Amino acid sequence: MKLEGKRLIWQEYQKEIADDHYFYARSCIRQTFFPGAEAVFVKILKEELGKDIHDEKHHTSCTGIGYHSDVVPFDTTMTVVARQFALMTEAGYENYAASCVTSFGLYTEILDTWHHFPETEAKIREFLFKATGREFNKPKNLAHASDIVYKFRHQIAGKAKYKLVDKDTGEPLKVVEHIGCHYSKMFPHKGIGGAEYPYVLSGMIEAWGGEVIDYPERRHCCGFGFRQYLVQANRGFSLSCSKKKFDSMEPYEPDMIITNCPGCPMFLDRWQYALSEMEGKTYGKGKNGIPVFTYEEVAGLIMGYDPWEIGLQVHQVPAEPLLEKIGIPYDPDRKFKGKNGEDLGMPESPSYLKFYADK
Amino acid sequence: MPKHVIVIGAGPAGLETSANLAKLGIAVTLVEKEESTGGHVKQWHALFPALLPGTEALDAIRKGMPENVRVQNKTTVTGIEAVNNYFTVSGHNGWQEKADAIVFATGFQLFDARRKEEYGYGIYENVITSADLEEMFATGKSLVNRHGNKPERIGFVHCVGSRDEKVNNLHCSKVCCITAVKQAIEVKQMLPEAEVFCFYMDLRMFGRHYEELYKEAQEKYNIQFIRGRLSESAEDQDGNIVLKVEDTLLGKPLRIKAGLLVLMVGMEPLAGTKSLADKLGLTKVPDGFIQPADEVLQSNFTELPGVFVAGACSGPKSVSDTLADARSAALAVAGFLKL
Amino acid sequence: MEKKARQFGYTITRDRQIDYDANKHDISKIVAAAEPSLNLCISCGTCSATCSAALFTDFSLRHVILLLRRGETSGLAKEVAKCMLCGKCQLVCPRNVSTRNLIIQISKAVIPAQL
Repeated sequence: MKLEGKRLIWQEYQKEIADDHYFYARSCIRQTFFPGAEAVFVKILKEELGKDIHDEKHHTSCTGIGYHSDVVPFDTTMTVVARQFALMTEAGYENYAASCVTSFGLYTEILDTWHHFPETEAKIREFLFKATGREFNKPKNLAHASDIVYKFRHQIAGKAKYKLVDKDTGEPLKVVEHIGCHYSKMFPHKGIGGAEYPYVLSGMIEAWGGEVIDYPERRHCCGFGFRQYLVQANRGFSLSCSKKKFDSMEPYEPDMIITNCPGCPMFLDRWQYALSEMEGKTYGKGKNGIPVFTYEEVAGLIMGYDPWEIGLQVHQVPAEPLLEKIGIPYDPDRKFKGKNGEDLGMPESPSYLKFYADK
Repeated sequence: MPKHVIVIGAGPAGLETSANLAKLGIAVTLVEKEESTGGHVKQWHALFPALLPGTEALDAIRKGMPENVRVQNKTTVTGIEAVNNYFTVSGHNGWQEKADAIVFATGFQLFDARRKEEYGYGIYENVITSADLEEMFATGKSLVNRHGNKPERIGFVHCVGSRDEKVNNLHCSKVCCITAVKQAIEVKQMLPEAEVFCFYMDLRMFGRHYEELYKEAQEKYNIQFIRGRLSESAEDQDGNIVLKVEDTLLGKPLRIKAGLLVLMVGMEPLAGTKSLADKLGLTKVPDGFIQPADEVLQSNFTELPGVFVAGACSGPKSVSDTLADARSAALAVAGFLKL
Repeated sequence: MEKKARQFGYTITRDRQIDYDANKHDISKIVAAAEPSLNLCISCGTCSATCSAALFTDFSLRHVILLLRRGETSGLAKEVAKCMLCGKCQLVCPRNVSTRNLIIQISKAVIPAQL
């Protein structure tokens, strides 16, 4: 692989990312799947980088899941998104930061639709006004939250306590980056690095000391695909897509997977459990899996935040082997304890995948 | 006063047009942006279908070039103007001449394979183009992958940058199908143990002896043809290229590794042709190739009297078609000059 | 009648030929009117090569288009339901066929016909 070839492509796919004053729209599902990720993002932006970020309480789902599952019509989706833009306008912001990759893709699709069909935009403005009395400005800058972390990746590295490096050997960790399909596959010029060789996560991994793995099924979808997962009869497709990726990345012995989408880390993490239960197969060394993280969690980890405070205990594939490899301290006794030390209960131990609750 | 014609471009089309014009007693200035004449054929090891060496072909074309052909090399034409009944042509270096007629023999440019990002050219070491392979043949470089090993399997991908609206090229480049067959045979001659696969959408073996070469590739060299177009390539740990195509005749997606992948890059109109045509006021340049006044009856004429086309600047052509077209252009010019 | 066949010990072998003249071509006309780029397909198979659904099912848009063009529409509803509308095929089609809309238009055209 010639890195300079990729660099040439990366230069072609750069985009403007606002420097400050973000209107942050959270994801429907991320706070359940990876509860610390969004909190870490807000904390890093506010406390470490001193940025102004408005964490909006009144926004709703963008309807992306319903839209992509064919249950919400596009007009409805556009009107709901118009309401989010109205909330941004009312709050006095013009830089929209979406936590969710599907929302980001949908906002991009809607703004592109309105650009080509101004009459559609006029119609949606009318719908929103009739329904809610609201009006809106379109965002001056639209970014996915990973774009913003990418933009400040070097500042984060400058403040970091740890690197994505094996503390014993000094070797960079081998990292799989996985980009949500809706980030740049629909609009390559709206994603850092484009669709074929996205750079948004690779840039973070490089800046934070790791080494990116380019494996044959890198471009393949995690398998979420909405209609695949939401219909139980189709769920096997979802699992099989993830399996295809694991089989392809396994020979590279990755230390971790980093993702920028709500669904991908969920499926790449939980399906490792399902695959181990169904086939007895685990993809890490020993009986470990390959731990899966959101980029915010990784930013939090290298900043030295407590692994349990950023929600790593809810991962299906335990993060402990990676924490030990980097040299990040953690208290095994506190893994399943709440904020004030109360017992949160412990999940059932998987049959094959190594479990790290035992003292 | 003898008539004077300026021929732009000294590839096979320009050389052959100039030689034939000169033989008819016309003074010719042959303008070439590079130092030496010969165009793309200079870098081409051997021409299909009979594997005529490129240098031999050029020597034959240049041989006996009449004295009334003056080569103005290292000159990129930047200005071109129709003034009354003559033309003024000027170069980037201050060169300027008048002529009674102009022949566009500007040829083509090879498709930049990096534009098909998903194919990995410029990123994966073992993805090369047909032009790279030809250069390897010409320089006698041995066919090895990045570990210095002979590739056990070589894949050829047809239609790279041709017949692909995603890169804005609807046209067929005509020569790539037969070039792939030719190169597959040459590779097989160098590496008899290797497996060779061609991935194609349609095999266009229209020329004389093309079908024979295709049959020879099957019969003598056991080259495999899979009807499917590459959707993406990736690299495995050993530097092999992992291909994804559909085997359309079996109706199943196919995954196959190749130690070396050759992209059959097509012909694109030369970027400079369009801007020169614009300067002259030629309106019929629909896709960057100059459209003749009539594609059947007046293939060397343009819509402007005194402006002619020869070779691949009016559309992809093989070397033999180019030479025939060039000779025909010379006669068209002579007729225009009433000689 | 089945009883008779059992009694005789043999059956009539149904023709597997595509009966182009007997087949109905209204569905392909409806789809082509709604998405004219249907007619641009050259069966290169790039769509199927990149298709996520094709890895795990026998779904092939190339095949679906051929069935539609020949009027072999009886199984189409079942076929197009295998597509997950991810749109990857649209990114790679060398003829700029609007594949995603094509599948939606086929679904619209065949589902009422088979109800």
